[in-house]
Amino acid sequence: MPLIVEKRQLVTPGDIIADGEYKAGENTYEKDGKIYASRIGVIGSKQQTVYVIALQSFYLPKIEDLVIGKVVDVTFSGWIVDINSPYNAILFVSEVFDRSFNARKDELTDVFNVGDTLLAAISGFDRTRDPILTLRGQGLGKITHGHLVEMTSAKIPRLIGKKGSMIDMVKKGTGCQIIVGQNGRILVRGKKVENEALAIRIIRTIEVEAHTSGLTNRIDELIKKEKKQNGKKE
Amino acid sequence: MEKKNKDQKLIDKKGLRVDGRKTDELRPIKFEIGLLNKANGSAYIEQGKNKIIAAVYGPRETHPRHRALRDKALLRCRYHMAPFSVEERKRPAPSRREIELSKVIGDALEAAVFVELYPRTSIDVFIEVLQSDGGSRGASISAASLALADAGIPLRDLVAACAAGKVDGQIVLDLNDIEDKFGEADLPVALMPQSGSVSLLQMDGNLSQKEFEKAFKLALDGCHQIHDLQKRALRDKYSVKNEVLEDLKGQKEG
Repeated sequence: MPLIVEKRQLVTPGDIIADGEYKAGENTYEKDGKIYASRIGVIGSKQQTVYVIALQSFYLPKIEDLVIGKVVDVTFSGWIVDINSPYNAILFVSEVFDRSFNARKDELTDVFNVGDTLLAAISGFDRTRDPILTLRGQGLGKITHGHLVEMTSAKIPRLIGKKGSMIDMVKKGTGCQIIVGQNGRILVRGKKVENEALAIRIIRTIEVEAHTSGLTNRIDELIKKEKKQNGKKE
Repeated sequence: MEKKNKDQKLIDKKGLRVDGRKTDELRPIKFEIGLLNKANGSAYIEQGKNKIIAAVYGPRETHPRHRALRDKALLRCRYHMAPFSVEERKRPAPSRREIELSKVIGDALEAAVFVELYPRTSIDVFIEVLQSDGGSRGASISAASLALADAGIPLRDLVAACAAGKVDGQIVLDLNDIEDKFGEADLPVALMPQSGSVSLLQMDGNLSQKEFEKAFKLALDGCHQIHDLQKRALRDKYSVKNEVLEDLKGQKEG
């Protein structure tokens, strides 16, 4: 008897999903040859692997992920950054200064201070050590303007869509620049405040209806409708 | 709250209890999930006159730092009764009983949590009893396990808990306050229904071996009933309104 629960069905922790033949994927675990769900979510399968698409989770750092963080502390050798995850990340001074760093002359707080928002990438993380950030990459560094939106990191893949289809549509439709951090923080920048507000409304809609069918089409219609209304006002 | 007269029987001639229940009947139970916005996960339970809120924060950085564990997450639990939760004002400082319950509830929950996945972090569970009516440790565990699931913390299983006991010489399920105080024995049990593991078992009072076995079986039965209600509560909260779900395969490619 292979799959016990059908695909796309809602499961809760401890629900049995499959018996034998299958491999346990994300958010599942195996015990005595049977596979059980470990989070609330929707069943999916790919070849012989069954997994649960979580409806609620938190961000676990992965190397090369783009994240938006907030500086929470400054130390002798770098900054401690909150990345909306169980673990705070570390950004070393060497990532910022291209020359050798002189603790007597260089004031770390002049570069980034507590409360600053950063766009960074994860350069290292494992079970034994806190995640390490890097600013070496295009567009990485301090964020000075824009709106920040937060949602559960489980729904970020839905916001991006297949090969970025969803986020491209929102960007085009609202004329905003949108940067999605894998940790569930999203930066929205637009020329006009109304455009930013529209983009945020659309992101919230995607969050609420993340796992419903025909979402892409509905969002497309929503953008068109909102644009028409804005056009009338002007 | 009602008081028991000296000659009032806890079980009447028809075999009904003080609140009109049969001996193997649970009190009415109501769950609500995600009622607190600031917590990562939360749940509320009403079981008879019990009213309890459970909130979960984490996994998050452990404070104070030295308490963090290198190989797993630290699960901390605080069970607290509000001063107005019982008939006579309860002093708000944690009592001996509350400290004990915090520990046993935490242990009962930890058995179900994949703590080994998140070393050095802490998962904090706060349980606040707003109104108390006996069997509150069981109700707290049932609510807290829903709050853990709502926080998105990976669980082996939900934990359902329920008590059985002996009242007027009979084995009964889910004791209320009066039965707890004036009955002969109380046997709280917490169960992980999928695997059948028991993560909490306590006994207050005296039971013969036969009575114990009967009470234990009855309590397990109650746990299974509560588990069904827990699952229904989670489904109600998380079920998607549209009937068909979109093909989500491509999600991860993004």
